Amino acid sequence: MIKEGDMVSIIEKKEGISNVKVVTANEAVALAVKCSRVDVVGAYPITPQTSIMEYLAKYVETENLPIEIVRVESEHSAMAVAMGAAAVGARAFTATSSQGLLYMAEMVYWVGGSRLPVVLAIASRAMGAPWIIGNEHTDVLLPREWGWMVLFPEDNQEVFDTIIQAYKLADSTLIPVVVGLDGFLLSHTTMPISIPEQSLIDSFIPKNTPKPYALDTANPFTHGNAVHSNVYLEFRYDIFRTIQEAEDLVDEIDREWEKITGRSYGGVIQEYLLDDADVAIIVMGASSGDAKQAAKNVREKYGIRAGVIRLRSIRPFPFKRLTKLANNLKAIGVVDRNISPGVAGMIATEVKFALYDLEKRPIVQSYIGGLGGKDIKVSDFENIFVELSQMVEGKVTPERAKWIGLDLSLVEQYFEEV
Amino acid sequence: MIEIKFFGRGGQGAVTAANLIVQACFKEGKFGLAFPSFGAERRGAILNAYARIDNNPINVHQQIYEPDIVVVLDKKILHMANVVEGLKPGGYLIINTNTIPEELNIDGRLFIVDATRICLDLNLVISGWPVVNTAILGALSKATNIIKIDTLIQIIEENWKGEVGRKNSEACKKAFQETYEVVLKSFTRR
Repeated sequence: MIKEGDMVSIIEKKEGISNVKVVTANEAVALAVKCSRVDVVGAYPITPQTSIMEYLAKYVETENLPIEIVRVESEHSAMAVAMGAAAVGARAFTATSSQGLLYMAEMVYWVGGSRLPVVLAIASRAMGAPWIIGNEHTDVLLPREWGWMVLFPEDNQEVFDTIIQAYKLADSTLIPVVVGLDGFLLSHTTMPISIPEQSLIDSFIPKNTPKPYALDTANPFTHGNAVHSNVYLEFRYDIFRTIQEAEDLVDEIDREWEKITGRSYGGVIQEYLLDDADVAIIVMGASSGDAKQAAKNVREKYGIRAGVIRLRSIRPFPFKRLTKLANNLKAIGVVDRNISPGVAGMIATEVKFALYDLEKRPIVQSYIGGLGGKDIKVSDFENIFVELSQMVEGKVTPERAKWIGLDLSLVEQYFEEV
Repeated sequence: MIEIKFFGRGGQGAVTAANLIVQACFKEGKFGLAFPSFGAERRGAILNAYARIDNNPINVHQQIYEPDIVVVLDKKILHMANVVEGLKPGGYLIINTNTIPEELNIDGRLFIVDATRICLDLNLVISGWPVVNTAILGALSKATNIIKIDTLIQIIEENWKGEVGRKNSEACKKAFQETYEVVLKSFTRR
């Protein structure tokens, strides 16, 4: 996030102002892909991701960039293009949303298993049926089970920065990385972003990193060939431990980025007003800003010591940092803009898993909301903070999952008769 | 923080207008954030675009429920949507119209401009439609003074080169000159 001071100094000094642009998050993704010197892009359109590819195509055409954009007939092939390019050592990128990811899924799993450092941007969108284009995080979270890392930035600046960090993470671990961004809430929202000097980005993500997987006719080997059960488990184990161990690496990459740009997002978790907090909300993406505003408001209005744990990294899951923070908290509300039907929010189940071994566990309440693009308001977050304090006082009983903005009269109208 | 809500029809450029505001704000050293209403956008259908302006970085993403300023790009929308819903007391309503609206229940200030005629005169027309977004920004600047007209012109000419840029900045300037405040007896104060 650009802080107030940064912007004032940029404007006052008229220094580097050409490097500040007012863009949507989709354009921020395209700019970051360009700055990452990506070689090959598999391109197939789907709302709300489409303009990422449109911007990239425009840059390639007007700036004569050496990026090969391959237009294909489906998302499945878009990821196949990225896989083929990565398999010979090229830097590869593609982007999708919702149904597009579902159709792409088979190749996404192949790339995960093949340990190819592809970066996939997912502009989040709910999935049909019923047909819908609104924002929801369920799609972004699916690849967390598919051998990929999953990062989730909060604003357009962080989207730009995270794409570049994702290449660093992928190149260092040989695990591909999903960067999720809120459909519409960010993908179609304009904000100013600052773009670092190209030379800084080049030294941050050099292209000459070791590529043991790169196919080479001089030294032929096969990739993803048939194996037996004697080694498949071991393949999975290595993916498991690599992602598990990457927790510190995400923090480290964030610190390194801060050194060259002055911008830090806290690594796997961004902490907000947590030093003295009794209750906290865990949230990811653009709505984190609304949650932070709510924390400030309930502190002023009701004296509730509220804070926000913004999850930046879903894979690796921030076990170390989260358990440390939870030690000092009495109740946590996990606000999931996603759903595991019949269970709870997907992040809530993982938070409960992470905290179960603590001696003194805080209350953990799952809140499901914002599905299909329904607004989650600042006042919704305020109500959650109030309810969490009431749970601490024993006045309200936690449930498996609570719902934000649910209209039960509609449920009756549409489903009770059936 | 100032919150602006645009009512327009798909093709009139309301979304672009909101984006231009953010660019202009940034030029003036302020922070801005602009976003469209999220549906399946169709040409001619009513849509909303929103903008937030502040001296500090903006990280709130909820929809805008209580705008400080409402801008209406097509007068017929007045009969189809409650444009003043949630308008803050003392807020601004800016309408592109060639007739003075007779019944409006607002506690605020009304400014009008005939942006459609300005655009037709300049032949600022795409596929048969006058594109009134840059003109209405001139009206916004005149009515509220939240963005300087010079900054708007600068931004417009940065976004569109040559003849298109000239026509758009001309429309913006003309609308700035022609926008006026309406005080009517028939206005019922809340």
